[in-house]
Amino acid sequence: MSETQNQIPVTVLTGYLGAGKTTLLNRILSESHGKRYAVIVNEFGEIGIDNDLIVESDEEIYEMNNGCVCCTVRGDLIRTVEGLMRRPGRFDAILVETTGLADPAPVAQTFFMDEDVRSKTRLDAVVALVDAKHLPLRLKDSKEAEDQIAFADAVVLNKSDLVSPEELREVEATIRAINPGARIHRTTRAGVDLREVLDRGAFDLKRAIDNDPHFLDADEHDHDHVCGPDCDHDHHHHDHHGHNHDHHDHGAVSPIHDITVRSVSLRGGEMDPKRFFPWIEKISQMEGPNILRLKGIIAFKEDPERYVLQGVHMIMEGDHQRAWREGEKRESRLVFIGRELDEERLRKTFEACQA
Amino acid sequence: MPTVAPLDLDGHCVATAFIGEVPYFALADGSVHRLDHGHKTSQANDGLLCAFYDAGSDRLLTGGEDGKVFSIGAGGETAVVAEAGRKWITSVAAGPQGALAYAAGRSAWVVLPGGKVKEFQHPRTAEGLAFAPKGLRLGVARYNGATLHFPATESKPVELEWAGAHTGIIFSPDGNFVVTTMQENALHGWKLADGKHMRMTGYPAKVKSLSWSVKGKWLASSGAPAAIVWPFQSKDGPMGKAPLELGTRGNSMVTCVACHPTEEIVAIGYNDGMVLAARLADAKEVLLRRPGKGAITAMTWDRSDRRLAFGSEAGDCGVIDISA
Repeated sequence: MSETQNQIPVTVLTGYLGAGKTTLLNRILSESHGKRYAVIVNEFGEIGIDNDLIVESDEEIYEMNNGCVCCTVRGDLIRTVEGLMRRPGRFDAILVETTGLADPAPVAQTFFMDEDVRSKTRLDAVVALVDAKHLPLRLKDSKEAEDQIAFADAVVLNKSDLVSPEELREVEATIRAINPGARIHRTTRAGVDLREVLDRGAFDLKRAIDNDPHFLDADEHDHDHVCGPDCDHDHHHHDHHGHNHDHHDHGAVSPIHDITVRSVSLRGGEMDPKRFFPWIEKISQMEGPNILRLKGIIAFKEDPERYVLQGVHMIMEGDHQRAWREGEKRESRLVFIGRELDEERLRKTFEACQA
Repeated sequence: MPTVAPLDLDGHCVATAFIGEVPYFALADGSVHRLDHGHKTSQANDGLLCAFYDAGSDRLLTGGEDGKVFSIGAGGETAVVAEAGRKWITSVAAGPQGALAYAAGRSAWVVLPGGKVKEFQHPRTAEGLAFAPKGLRLGVARYNGATLHFPATESKPVELEWAGAHTGIIFSPDGNFVVTTMQENALHGWKLADGKHMRMTGYPAKVKSLSWSVKGKWLASSGAPAAIVWPFQSKDGPMGKAPLELGTRGNSMVTCVACHPTEEIVAIGYNDGMVLAARLADAKEVLLRRPGKGAITAMTWDRSDRRLAFGSEAGDCGVIDISA
């Protein structure tokens, strides 16, 4: 039996209270986009739609008994997903809404660490809703707001009409500083094109990197592109010409306070697998608690295929993605998003893995 | 030669039971099928999540996505016996004197003999429920252990602590031991007299099915390429003793176990739908059913000890007659 064919995609929606999660959820449940969603919420609350597939679930964090502090999963999700998957014909995808204060890591890790969940579902993307007006305040008083952005594959920058253009640019720069890889969508009333947040394949090693023009572009500010609500360009290419977005002013990131998460972007030549794998394993074990997300494309010497990898804390996954194209520069790139990362040491030890 | 009477249904079989002499199959969509002079159907929950056969009242209790507890009795008659609002009911259990319990979220409710309902709230989710065989004592599996309530009295609950997430719970037939299934690939047990711990580890997968052999001398479990059967004959349970491994298959996992009611024989269901019977004394095996469409999820012996009802996650269910 093929597991991958029947795996149901799961989108995780994070964001502070008042950021617009309920508005977005209501849109996903009511608009016609050809997909039926089962939605796991913490409280039925304001969702005005009566739907058998809205499931209320108490957030239940399980620490695993393996001595690893960051190996946490959501027990309620394991149970709910198991129940839903016994009648899989009812829906095409699952959406998990987290509470405002939730740490997104246990949610994401559930889809990698629990064998039952993993065999039936796959994590599609983590989407963070951010309130443009209140984000600076949120970042001051909570670590969670920062974690949610750091973890996101897409950030919906909502209520962008409530701030001035300068404030909006600053908020965007802050989001970029925390997570250079996430795509940012400016919206009002959570009016993001649903195709930009659903069915993204952000955790799919084969898909994610080709779909995402920003992936690994942390150190290339000229690629720092923010999608507005009416942005209709083709995200599958690095074609950023002819757009009127004001994305050329990111060269100098203004001093941003209240941020403890940063990204480290590494770049090197062809790697020796005998050195690289022990190195990345050691890094993930020693720095795991500090690493929120990790993504990379590695060129191994004498390997005709690109090797892609991603990680959440100590969980790391890698696979061959596709053959290197003719004329494609065979280089290795790796981005860490996390806290207290020693960039200098990471860079030196990474470079030492080169063939 | 065992003969198989197949019943091909459409959906995940959550539970099997014999009510009277009739085999019942409860599916995840809430349809309850029975083979009673032909295939007949009745409807319980809209979304059936859990089930428990109440031997005292000869009925099947089911809980579901609709927040209701149904009872299914002879003739397929269904009735709502409890409701808990919009939350999923994820565990049900029946106890002595007609008591029943159900859980949703962090609450567990007990319907006492006489009909009074008592709610017990917990700091974490009430994951699994079981009544002790005697007295009125409810065990609740929870994060970091289990809680034992005494619903008929006002006495304080007994807390059994062990780090980790406990997802299911069962009492031994003599009431001396409590065993939980865990989120990690292990069972945990407590000897109730002194609270002594019993760690039962080494499984390659989560344990989802437990069954006591006749008189509770052995506890059979799923979660490995063999049925793992722990010895409980001595007063300290299986501590320091190796379990039996029965029906070992290199390429398949055991997903369901059901001990025979009068003989030391265990029916073993696998993830490919195969069913074997194995004798505890000499590990001798008999094939009861060839592999089918999906993993075996439920098995029940009848009271005359010759028929085994089975169900799978793919809906290919049936009754095996071993007397022929």
